[in-house]
Amino acid sequence: MNTSTTIAEKITPGAVLLPELDVLQTTLAGNEQIRFIRRKALKSFRLQGLPERKNEEYKYSPVAALFRTGRSFPASTHSLTRNDLTPFLVPGMDAFLITIIDGKLSRELSDELKGTPALQLHDLASLEETPSAVFQKHFGADALITADPFIALNTAAFRDVVFIQVPNNARIEKPIHILNIVTAEGAELVNPRILIQVGRNSAIQVIENFIAIGKAEQTLCNALTEIRVGSGSTMLFYKIQDHCKNLSLISTTQVYQDEQSHFDTHTVSLSGNWIRNNLTIVADAEQCETHLNGLFILNNHQHVDNHTLVDHRKPNCESNQLYRGILDDKSTGVFNGKIYVRPDAQKTNAYQSSKNMLLSDDAGMNTKPQLEIYADDVKCSHGSSTGQLDEDALFYLRARGIGADSARALLMFAFTRDVINTIRIEALRTQVEELIEKRLTH
Amino acid sequence: MLTIKNLKAGIADKEILKGFNLSVKPGEVHAIMGPNGSGKSTLANVLAGKPEYTVTDGEVLFAGKDLLDLSPEDRAREGLFLAFQYPVEIPGVSNINFLKTAIAEIRQYKGLPPMEAKDFLKLVKEKQALVELQVTLANRSVNEGFSGGEKKRNEIFQMAVLEPALAILDETDSGLDIDALRIVANGVNKLRSDNRSFIVITHYQRLLEYIVPDFVHVMYEGRIVKSGTKELALELEEKGYDWIKKELSQQVEA
Repeated sequence: MNTSTTIAEKITPGAVLLPELDVLQTTLAGNEQIRFIRRKALKSFRLQGLPERKNEEYKYSPVAALFRTGRSFPASTHSLTRNDLTPFLVPGMDAFLITIIDGKLSRELSDELKGTPALQLHDLASLEETPSAVFQKHFGADALITADPFIALNTAAFRDVVFIQVPNNARIEKPIHILNIVTAEGAELVNPRILIQVGRNSAIQVIENFIAIGKAEQTLCNALTEIRVGSGSTMLFYKIQDHCKNLSLISTTQVYQDEQSHFDTHTVSLSGNWIRNNLTIVADAEQCETHLNGLFILNNHQHVDNHTLVDHRKPNCESNQLYRGILDDKSTGVFNGKIYVRPDAQKTNAYQSSKNMLLSDDAGMNTKPQLEIYADDVKCSHGSSTGQLDEDALFYLRARGIGADSARALLMFAFTRDVINTIRIEALRTQVEELIEKRLTH
Repeated sequence: MLTIKNLKAGIADKEILKGFNLSVKPGEVHAIMGPNGSGKSTLANVLAGKPEYTVTDGEVLFAGKDLLDLSPEDRAREGLFLAFQYPVEIPGVSNINFLKTAIAEIRQYKGLPPMEAKDFLKLVKEKQALVELQVTLANRSVNEGFSGGEKKRNEIFQMAVLEPALAILDETDSGLDIDALRIVANGVNKLRSDNRSFIVITHYQRLLEYIVPDFVHVMYEGRIVKSGTKELALELEEKGYDWIKKELSQQVEA
């Protein structure tokens, strides 16, 4: 008893969560394996504590303000219907819809994953009925839980796990569209959890949207999506943060790539109050290819922090990072891109580019490339710049009769072009273009 | 068409135009020549409304309106066109989208209905042929990856599409080889008409062999110090600008 008190005191301000978490763990659903993993994660969370101000990884995105008071962990209660979801769909895109509400899979608002060959969609309830060896093998690995306090926190407190399994040799044409909905209004903490397992020689496209239905003024969503891409497989993964209102969001994506796999991802942040995107790629086999693209357009007091980590563990892999940000008013942004090339990872090609545009004197951007290279035969580079709108280009457009506002919008839109052009689902690209256009001409 | 009276303007406290006067009537072509630093490009930029320049005195009437009161875009919409000395590269904005937006906004300003897509494409094709601009414009960003000659031809192409009442060519000949020069000049000549005027700013008489001006003015220290017909350009070519400078200093002494 004494020991736990001491640790709890040490991890202030996270300590405010501990009494709730202790109670929560006794009430949550799940079989013995799940309960064991949750207990393990809680222990790890107690040990790690929440990042303090001097923690280098959270220096520009201090979390203390998010944990001043205790938070409750709401059970899902909602009365949403399919019609309520229409505004969040992508026009013209035929997709499998998966709806998660306050961290719990909603079967009635999700499609059955019919296809040839069949995809599988599980939640904790169905896993209890039909245990999955793949799930048992991969879910809740120690290395993951101890890597970050918010991963531990999610694992200690998730209500449900959405598990999507893609079999071998399955090229799924129809995208999977996940709506991660938060209905909470106040100081709740929601912990959605997803595991996507892609077999060998398969192809899949997944879109994950974050949506706040309520006011969400004090709400924190701590989401974790784990992805395993099997050898020879390709996965496109789009994370769209456009209906977040005032939500605070920690969105962690943890990706493991097997040999000759291809993972291509976009993180688009247009709304939300405070967002931290943690994106970690572990390229643990040869000839993996990874593309990490990001785009954020911020105003008012918005804050978005993109933390990427590409861990090259084996030879002959390639990674490419392309991030663009536009910041107005008093908004702030962070790009922290870490590339880790381990001694074995010879012939690695790793690139990183982060460009940002500040539209106001009060906006701020912190960019930090971190290249840690322990192999000698590699090509790695990074480039970053933060500047203003090009005044000469602006005048050129105006001198042709284009009004100042639309000239500015044209230039800002052009600035996002590199990232938008790489969105491969056409209907989604069109939607993102429209959202950005609307956002830039508000 | 254009009346400039006692125009004084500069950049960051430095006065560059020091009482500039000029009157251009419809259909006329005026050449402005002069040594480096005499204020030729400043004149072009001030007329087009570049924000970093400040006008301290004088007035400019354009088609009966106070030009200096208008925003750069409204000047363009009223029919003023500046062919840039250094056309700007704009990555991510396609040439076609750029022109389409410009035409749409100009037509809206004039209260005209939007141009039909097929008419627009026809216009683009026709005017591209006029300046022998063979680059594919649809998928390429404005001036990006264009050679120096292509950039200048793109300026004349835009002028042809927008059909301005007054075009100011700011050293359009600089950096052009003789073939490109001829193409650009032909493009301009085909656009000459009774109600379209040109101000051609150049260092060299060479361009004026192709675009024959009605008047030639010599600019020095922010003012026009000598005006004449096309023969003046030849005289300048022969004697250089020192002759003008000498003449001026004699006037001052006398």
